[in-house]
Amino acid sequence: MARQTAKRTPVYDVHVKLGGRLVEFAGFDMPVQYSSILEEHAAVRERAGLFDVSHMGQIHISGPGALAACEQLLSCPVASLRPGRIRYGLLCNEAGGVVDDVTVYRIADDELMLCVNAANIAKDADWIRAHVRDTAAGPGRGATVDDRSEQTGMLALQGPAAPELLTRLSGPELASIRRFRFAVITVAGVEALVSNTGYTGAPGFELYVPAEAVSGLFETLLEAGSAAGVIPAGLGARDTLRLEAALPLYGHELDAETSPLAAGLERFVKRDAGGFIGAEAIEKRAAAGHPEVLVGFEVEGRGIARAGYPVVRDGQPIGRVTSGAPSPTLGRSIGLAYVRPDASPEGSVLGVEVRNRELPVRVVPTPFV
Amino acid sequence: MAQYNFPTDCFYTKEDEWVRVDDDRTSLGITDYAQQQLGDIVFIELPAAGEEVKQGEPFGVIESVKAVSDLYAPVTGRVVERNAALDESPELANESCYEDGWLLVIEPTDEAEFEDLMNAKEYADYVAERDED
Repeated sequence: MARQTAKRTPVYDVHVKLGGRLVEFAGFDMPVQYSSILEEHAAVRERAGLFDVSHMGQIHISGPGALAACEQLLSCPVASLRPGRIRYGLLCNEAGGVVDDVTVYRIADDELMLCVNAANIAKDADWIRAHVRDTAAGPGRGATVDDRSEQTGMLALQGPAAPELLTRLSGPELASIRRFRFAVITVAGVEALVSNTGYTGAPGFELYVPAEAVSGLFETLLEAGSAAGVIPAGLGARDTLRLEAALPLYGHELDAETSPLAAGLERFVKRDAGGFIGAEAIEKRAAAGHPEVLVGFEVEGRGIARAGYPVVRDGQPIGRVTSGAPSPTLGRSIGLAYVRPDASPEGSVLGVEVRNRELPVRVVPTPFV
Repeated sequence: MAQYNFPTDCFYTKEDEWVRVDDDRTSLGITDYAQQQLGDIVFIELPAAGEEVKQGEPFGVIESVKAVSDLYAPVTGRVVERNAALDESPELANESCYEDGWLLVIEPTDEAEFEDLMNAKEYADYVAERDED
């Protein structure tokens, strides 16, 4: 059975103890929920939820060529990123498709960390190493690539109560970590890289700690937050939260064929400067016109338009849903879909085929909440 | 180990539905095991009164936040009533799966089909087997 081959994060025993329902995700046994996806979702919007995201990967690139290598590998500007700051960007292939979507941390002058999707760790590390090797005579000379995913535990404390709880366990220095910045501070006796980031559309932090410390810190945070209503939250809530925030999920909104521009990620692409892998192809594809672009939609009435369902207009297929779920915050079903550009203006009423019936949906601006 | 409630006045299917006969009213729904497995139920699609359901065949759909599942008829019959309260409050199927969260009232056409179903004890054993993984 797959169950026996799935990897476990160091927090696995705590997930079991807390009654988490485990499912395989990206090769890891992960909790999809503990109590209820709706409850965990609401906790993050109203108080805070604690996620074990130790399955995610951390790849460090360091040495004299690190900055130049990352500038070529990533769609976002890297050289202008000051130490202590973070950007979101794409690793693109030569065809302008997406290898992975990542956050890049400027750890030091000559060290960067990429936080990457769990399913893509090996692929990304190979991609980065191959690139650094290819440019060993050029700007990437002297860069070393170190995949520290196994040695790194990662937690996400997300929700309006997160700053107060984390300040209580660390100190006033937490307040200096503004959005998309990080610092190494001590949290409940554990040295942690704490970044003001997340994947929920809620305020909150992500904590990177040594793998051997992550399980204890998970329990400490839950205990310290219980009076404030902080609860453990699983992948189910993580997915509905990120969808409300219209944050893309690799494998759904992004893949090796998708241009970041078709996915609406233009602000994370250095279009003027270029100079990164895939830049030329991305511009060429944009000039030719994207056959499909990503839109957000709300379902009119009842029903859920889920990933993979066809989008239709006047009986003709014009796209496909990439993510769809009930929005607990809005009380309506929402989703993301790739559709022909002429069907993408806000207010367009389209159909989604659900079990041989057509569910009306309306194109709306994103984020949804 | 999870705790489940399987009332002894119901019959059960391998697809985790229950059916209960009270006087001349035969109602059916999903079991406590099913609702716990599904998690938060957010949408239920049911046939209208007058439609036929056939033993072992899908008659509707139940959706949780994460997944879509078919509903299978425990016995053959004609739909007398669908639980319209579930349109506005599908969570009733979580909160009260044997009472307020019933799905259909049907008029069974073949009493012999009930012999194919499990009683509460047999169903509890069947669930325990699957729960062991």
